[in-house]
Amino acid sequence: MNKKKQVERWSPWILMVAIVIVWEVICSGFGVSEFIFPSPSRIWEQTLEHSATIMGHAWRTFWVTMAGFGIAIVVGVLLGFLIGSSRLAYAAIYPLMTAFNALPKAAFVPILVVWFGIGAGPAILTAFLICFFPITVNIATGLATLEPELEDVLRVLGAKRWDVLMKVGLPRSLPYFYGSLKVAITLAFVGTTVSEMTAANEGIGYLLISAGSSMQMGLAFSGLLVVGIMAMLMYELFSWIEKHTTAWAHRGSQG
Amino acid sequence: MDTSAASPSTQPFVEFDRVWLAYNDDLLARNVFAVEDISLQVGQGEFIAIVGPSGCGKSTFMKLTTGLRMPSMGKIRVGGEPVTGPLKISGMAFQSPSLLPWRTTLDNVLLPLEIVEPYRSQFKDRRKEYEERALKLLDSVGLGGMGKKYPWELSGGMQQRASICRALIHEPKMLLLDEPFGALDAFTREELWCTLRDLWEAQRFNVILVTHDLRESVFLADTVYCMSRSPGRFVVRREIGIPRRRELEVTYTKEFSDTVLELRGHIGALRTPVNQ
Repeated sequence: MNKKKQVERWSPWILMVAIVIVWEVICSGFGVSEFIFPSPSRIWEQTLEHSATIMGHAWRTFWVTMAGFGIAIVVGVLLGFLIGSSRLAYAAIYPLMTAFNALPKAAFVPILVVWFGIGAGPAILTAFLICFFPITVNIATGLATLEPELEDVLRVLGAKRWDVLMKVGLPRSLPYFYGSLKVAITLAFVGTTVSEMTAANEGIGYLLISAGSSMQMGLAFSGLLVVGIMAMLMYELFSWIEKHTTAWAHRGSQG
Repeated sequence: MDTSAASPSTQPFVEFDRVWLAYNDDLLARNVFAVEDISLQVGQGEFIAIVGPSGCGKSTFMKLTTGLRMPSMGKIRVGGEPVTGPLKISGMAFQSPSLLPWRTTLDNVLLPLEIVEPYRSQFKDRRKEYEERALKLLDSVGLGGMGKKYPWELSGGMQQRASICRALIHEPKMLLLDEPFGALDAFTREELWCTLRDLWEAQRFNVILVTHDLRESVFLADTVYCMSRSPGRFVVRREIGIPRRRELEVTYTKEFSDTVLELRGHIGALRTPVNQ
């Protein structure tokens, strides 16, 4: 039983190592050119060789993403609060927002460049645009799905709508909120990278494009690796916060 | 304390005068009512039970009494005053305990005090005192030492006890219970009957108990009202003469079962036309 748990715990690492080995074997075994598809060892070499450059770009991508993500939290929570607490706002905003969410956010980049120029501005805003939606939807859902009995219990005590929201709605929607942060942060990295590919002189997205155009495939793959690692670390961070602040929502099948 | 069944003749505490309710204007225009022509008078400290088949407007009756809904026609007075909005002198408990999972049992019980005046404005200063009161109340329903536990750590019966404590913490004049024991097993249910009986005998608040369990209504209430199915109307008012204090053994006496049978007869008679 315990052994089974151990295996489960290490399974992602085992799988990753297995993939890397297969990858390496295929690349060296079939003699695949490194300009087409570099082997993991080659990518690692390039990563170390250009580590200073990569770190610089990675840092840029990281803070730009966090800035966009921060704005998305503020806007997402406020908008979600509005939509979840007022039927009128729900009716008015929700259809428009769904339509907006269906648009590919990469399509906004050229427009943002016209408004803000090349640089951090478009990247921050793209990250924001792509990731505020799940936050809004989750907050709104948490607020809108109150048990009617509970609302009656409080309303009969003379609770105003605001009381019900603060005492019940908000705490209730917290697990939804943290759940949405995990989704949103990964999306934010997508937004930043996509925007940097066309509208920046810095950042991992820019690195990918310039490495690709100079046929440094190893470097391009390093860029992907770094974005992946950053997104995964942030995901784990938020899932840790979620577990430790809303333990009541993760109590298994009981209750 | 007055131990005789309260007489409804002197200044009733709750008074319904030909009350009709349709849930919205559309239904009102089509003359579809959830409850029709309800008249009753409940004395101070009286324990009444309302029984009837599901969907007969029992819960609607509760919403009317608490002022959560306004009648389409007729008048409701509670404590001599016409009802114009939610009544803060009442506490409610439902079939689902609906405790907040992120609060401990104690904090759940304290919730009404954070909302209702005059406790609300004093809550921060007098928290210790309120906590003691809540713990005492929990103790009195057999939840001593459970205050620090979270609701999901309690059994269904314990959660329901906590829910009743939450309904009583602000010392309401009126307790409204909507099938509070419906989801519990038979033994736990009977235990909770006794808990409720003890609380009521000690404090003598008004109780309006909505239930479809006839034994429950006869065991607990001074007066039982039978309601017919849609539209909800009172068809029978039956005073229960069984002397207080009632022990569980009373439920096995002839007088008790005769009363239950008689009430069952009224419900059965109501059902027949529906089945035809």
